[in-house]
Amino acid sequence: MSLQAFSTYLSRRTLFGIAGGMTIAGALAGCSGVSTTGGKGGDAMLFSTQFTPIEEKQRFEQVLAAYVTDPKTSFSSVAVAEFTTSLKTQVDAKQLQFTVAGALHGDLTPMPEYLEDIDDLVADASAAGIPQSMLDLGKLGGSTQKYIPWMQATYVVAVNKKALEWLPAGADVNALTYDQYLEWAKAANKANGKPVFGFPAGPKGLYHRWFQGYLLPSFTGAQVTRFTSDDAMTGWAWMQEFWAQCNPASTNYDNLQEPLARGEILVGWDHVARLVEAPKEKPEDWIMVPAPTGPMGLGYMLIVGGLAVPKGGDKALAAKVIKALSAPAAQIELLKQNAFFPVVKADLPDDLPAPVKLEAQAVAAQADSPKALLSLPPIGLGAKDGEMSQVFKDCFNEICLQGNAPKTVVPKYAATIATILEAAQVPCWSPDPAAAVCKVG
Amino acid sequence: MSSTARAAVSADSRRGRSRVSPAFWLILPSIVFMLFLFAYPMVEGIRAGFTSDLTGALTLDNWGRMVNDPYFTRAVRNTLLLIVVVIPVQFLFAIIMALLLQAKPRGTALYFYLWAIPLAISDLAAGLVWLSIFADQGYLNSVLVGFGLQPFSWLSYQSPGTQFLAVAMAEVWRATSLVLVIIVSGMQGIPKDYDEAAAVLGANYWQRLRHITLPLLKPSLQVALILRTILAFQTFAVAQALTGESFPLLVGETYRWYSALNNSNVASVYSLVIMAISMITAVAYLRILRDQSRQVAK
Repeated sequence: MSLQAFSTYLSRRTLFGIAGGMTIAGALAGCSGVSTTGGKGGDAMLFSTQFTPIEEKQRFEQVLAAYVTDPKTSFSSVAVAEFTTSLKTQVDAKQLQFTVAGALHGDLTPMPEYLEDIDDLVADASAAGIPQSMLDLGKLGGSTQKYIPWMQATYVVAVNKKALEWLPAGADVNALTYDQYLEWAKAANKANGKPVFGFPAGPKGLYHRWFQGYLLPSFTGAQVTRFTSDDAMTGWAWMQEFWAQCNPASTNYDNLQEPLARGEILVGWDHVARLVEAPKEKPEDWIMVPAPTGPMGLGYMLIVGGLAVPKGGDKALAAKVIKALSAPAAQIELLKQNAFFPVVKADLPDDLPAPVKLEAQAVAAQADSPKALLSLPPIGLGAKDGEMSQVFKDCFNEICLQGNAPKTVVPKYAATIATILEAAQVPCWSPDPAAAVCKVG
Repeated sequence: MSSTARAAVSADSRRGRSRVSPAFWLILPSIVFMLFLFAYPMVEGIRAGFTSDLTGALTLDNWGRMVNDPYFTRAVRNTLLLIVVVIPVQFLFAIIMALLLQAKPRGTALYFYLWAIPLAISDLAAGLVWLSIFADQGYLNSVLVGFGLQPFSWLSYQSPGTQFLAVAMAEVWRATSLVLVIIVSGMQGIPKDYDEAAAVLGANYWQRLRHITLPLLKPSLQVALILRTILAFQTFAVAQALTGESFPLLVGETYRWYSALNNSNVASVYSLVIMAISMITAVAYLRILRDQSRQVAK
């Protein structure tokens, strides 16, 4: 065919149109999309509230890829509110997009009825060395197992060695009392001309755990059953004095690792996963120590994370993922990467990263102390868990930020706790003495 | 019946039935869409505000819980204070900027582009930008230290005055562009003849501004006021980025009750309060800024 005949047959516009159409069709065909739900056919997905910062997420995905090979598991982590809503709506709609839910005890507490009973996985878990007390936590206050413990964490105090020179005479930094801690803060502030102690009182800070697990148990020996006692008033009075020594910018600190790394503060108490970045640059400048000891002992709180199966989910597939994540090697790797401690029996190796090693020492010293008083986050409160935490945050707000007397503030919030416990009708949890129905004291 | 008669009857009845105009069928998909994705959730939300979170029965308890919450009065006060301070300032700035643009100096397009950039930023990003300025080791304190002055904790809970100023400044910077764009388009709709005629008749700039430009701008001002006030009631991300929870606001409290306290019923009550205030304000604006001239002309 001659060129002229060709060009009358197909005008240039038509030709461009065909070429354009073919390119677009090819491009669209390439856009098959990336499956974000793990897909079907044996692939699993772990849906979690943990490891939301991007570096933690990437490190955990590497752990998953290395230690959970059958099935291949993808990972998705979201904020707690989104996690709760997603899980509830997916279970209600019977359209599950994930296989295993991995979250903290406090995240799973509001929804035991949305989780499968996994009593058949308990035998393997006990055999791996998970303590019975921790497995009992996994019942979420009921009679059947709702989650298998996955990792644990606690809270310690990070200390920049610069601050050690202002320790009170005769004080051992690894076994401080609350009074010594306060004296230390006063001396350090005087020497520096500005407050150098911090407290995670930001909107996402975990300061309510300080009151629930450290301050009140150390002063009163209990979390809620001695809330209005004179010992509790003493404890709050100590807190008022201590807050006066803390850096006021603490109301913006969601975690202490950033202010510590910046040098804004030198000493502070926080969750182990929120302190681990501080010593990263120069680990030799830092030590981690247990929390102080009060008149009733060394109150400390254990945070447990667990793996649960959503109601209506594939239990066999989930069991494989849970078993793989419970392997000692996987848990040690998680410790190395994201500073969450194993729950199974696993010997800590020597090649842990320096910040994690510092923390491991403090964690062990805290748990092994003869005066240790284990405290747990509230169990069985369901959807009211958030309101219970808010009570302690509000007490801090009124007593420390607004300067009201503990005597006027504490009874008011005791009434709030009483309402929550009345509605929940649950037995007390550690360190409160076991009772059929918990009542505020 | 003969075939023609049957045809006539069916044609008649078809005409009778087709009293429903075809336009209705065209907007029916949108109506269905709005019903499912807007009306139904709204009804559910309103119902949640009156339902007990424990028993599911109808109750007014949630309203009591909201009012007795220690942060409620502070949230209402802070929101109203923010609106009373920020909106007049924004309108003043926006009108000045629009008048400056109207004079068409060199580089008008560039100025307009620069002034409209904050429109493209999310309010959380704007909050973070101003956080980097006001933070304890931020740019403002660095400048002060550079001049030999003492740095100051602008965002500390101990100085609520500077906290409020920081939030107000960030809001003015972020949202004035919305008002500016509406007013500029309103000004472009004003015929130049009035202005030129007044100039010929001897009116000076201020008289022209007061008697011609501003009155003719009233419809745009009305739109901008309603839009901006409703959006101002929803200030949240900027204050959260700058001050955390030390500066409670209504939407912040809604979010806190839903996410941290897991109580969507009380959160619904808060959002009902915001909706009620927004509606009352919008109606008030519509009445106050009613275009009297049009009504007289009728």
